[in-house]
Amino acid sequence: MTLISDKLARFTTMLRIRMVEEMIAARYDEQEMRCPVHLSIGQEAIAAGVCAAFTRSDYLFSTHRSHAHYLAKGGDLPGLIAEIYGRNTGCVRGRGGSMHLCDLDVGILATMPIVGSTLPIATGAAFGSKLLGDQRVTVVFFGDGTTEEGVFSESLNFAALQQLPIVFICENNLYSVYSPLEVRQPARDRVALAAAHGITAALGDGDDVEAIFSLTENAVARARNGGGPSFLEFATYRWREHCGPHYDNDIGYRSEAEFLAWQQRDPLARTERELLASGELCAATLSDIKASLQDEIETAFTAAREAPFPDESTLFTDLFVPTELCVQAA
Amino acid sequence: MNVNNVEAVRATLHDALTRDERIVILGEDVGARGNVFLITKDFLQEFGPQRIVDTPLSESAIIGVAVGMAMDGLRPIAEIQFADFIFPAFNQIVGEAAKTRYRSNGDYTCPLVIRTPYGGGVRGALSHSISIEALFYHVPGLKIVAPAFPADVRGLLNAAIADPDPILFLEHKKTYRLARTDIADEAYTIPIGQADIKRSGTDLTVVSYGYFVHLALEAAAKLSSEDISVEVIDLRSIRPMDKTTILQSLSKTHRLLIIHEDHAFGGIGAEIAAMVASEALFELDAPIRRLCGPDVPAMGYAHALEDAYMISSEQMATAMREMVQF
Ligand SMILES: Cc1ncc(C[n+]2csc(CCOP(=O)(O)OP(=O)(O)O)c2C)c(N)n1
Ligand SMILES: [Mg+2]
Repeated sequence: MTLISDKLARFTTMLRIRMVEEMIAARYDEQEMRCPVHLSIGQEAIAAGVCAAFTRSDYLFSTHRSHAHYLAKGGDLPGLIAEIYGRNTGCVRGRGGSMHLCDLDVGILATMPIVGSTLPIATGAAFGSKLLGDQRVTVVFFGDGTTEEGVFSESLNFAALQQLPIVFICENNLYSVYSPLEVRQPARDRVALAAAHGITAALGDGDDVEAIFSLTENAVARARNGGGPSFLEFATYRWREHCGPHYDNDIGYRSEAEFLAWQQRDPLARTERELLASGELCAATLSDIKASLQDEIETAFTAAREAPFPDESTLFTDLFVPTELCVQAA
Repeated sequence: MNVNNVEAVRATLHDALTRDERIVILGEDVGARGNVFLITKDFLQEFGPQRIVDTPLSESAIIGVAVGMAMDGLRPIAEIQFADFIFPAFNQIVGEAAKTRYRSNGDYTCPLVIRTPYGGGVRGALSHSISIEALFYHVPGLKIVAPAFPADVRGLLNAAIADPDPILFLEHKKTYRLARTDIADEAYTIPIGQADIKRSGTDLTVVSYGYFVHLALEAAAKLSSEDISVEVIDLRSIRPMDKTTILQSLSKTHRLLIIHEDHAFGGIGAEIAAMVASEALFELDAPIRRLCGPDVPAMGYAHALEDAYMISSEQMATAMREMVQF
């Protein structure tokens, strides 16, 4: 049985992701955040539902579009915002920006923008957990486009062969940058594809945070009990442009009508409606939650903007080749 | 036509598609959208989906498929969206494309152009800033060109398309919209492997390519007011190396400064320095100097890290001054 407070927690996670990313979008044109940003607005239910099924010590890997996953797994908010601002207080000290997040305290080993890179690496982390017997389960998030890279199949094969404790989460938002799914893949079923590798696989509604949670909960339990990997695909839609804070329905690769239809399904509004209707949430509590999130977010942005930039000298830290080779050749 | 580098690439591709039915462009988002820099915008409508192919998100397949098409007698121009994403295709480029002519004893070749935007200084951080030339420089069987000015882009792209062997065509992102110049409308070619003296001088030879040629020229212009006369050679083609132009210049200036954004260690400059050391050591009046990207794994995002990675024209001017005073 799901506790009421757990449902509310998942809703709050979604709301927090939405509010953080709306703030990034609102402030992006100030030109202080100078790294590319890939927003998950519209896709929050997947991050919130999936991550709720994992513990703090489980491992997480993600992609270029990773703010939501980072936050849902418990990644430090000030560290995220400062990273996007390129500050020394950022979660990777301003070295990486939005697409290179990391928070070891909560098992976020890496987010990597090279599409597909994380799939075998996450598989390896899960292999490590199996060999070490540390009871950890790894989750790796990726998009529909990523399933076109060769390493997708290579990783599924390896994970299935070794019966690894890993959950592959495919967020199918129908696009890879500007290219729709049907231009890139035949009408193939990725769930069947994963199943053909001998992996337990299922398709879920990416707008239904509770359904996402329970599918993932099963997958995690199976993985933790030695039952091997799972693959879950969730249908979803990114509301904003592929990269950047704006809407781009006018540039021709997708239609306003399609966007509006998906926006109607807003996973956040839907969950809010359900919780209000069932009495698990009341208007007063909701506005309290929003106010305290707003506070937290504004504090994180203020802190980030006031934080120092990394010093030029950090260019040469964390190297493992002899330093005399690391100066500009004279 | 009056164009910047993006437009030069676009116009040249357009002419080639019109001229030669065997040319097929393939890559991620090159069709409906017309590439992320809009280089192939509207090509899909004009030439159709048989010639402008939106591919799956699969670099290994993009290049491997292009190699097969080239063996078939087509003239594929494959695009890798950013150079940082080329590595899944490394096997197909290094392991297969580069060996095609050799393996077939010349019975067939691999007329393939791989275009890709590269380079930093654009806040692309760890994974959208890379210079890849040295990683491919080592491979016999590959040609690498990196033009930095519209006229060179057009001439070298035409030459690359006409060439029977695989060519890596590198486009520095920072030069895409840097300068606009008048260039010829005809489909002229510039021979691959021929450097260009972008400024002539007598005190020091600077060898560079890509975005840094622009900065080196700025620095050289500044130094002329100090009575320092710098010759700036734009390699344009990285491999094959134009030894003749470099050595001729050195016989006049007797000093060599090599500037590139890619890492110093094992880089293009190292090979040029080795060539000069073995063929013209006694021409030199000063040690050869390399001013290169630092040997750190990637370009950082924060301002300070990116600035410390990229070499400014002031830093170039300082190095030039020091060399002349040596
Ligand atoms: C190896 C590689 N190729 C290409 C890219 C450029 N790129 C960045 S995101 C992206 C689309 C990814 O699509 P998908 O996996 O569906 O994720 P989404 O952006 O939709 O969340 C592409 C092609 C890249 N980062 N890495
Ligand atoms: Mg997608």
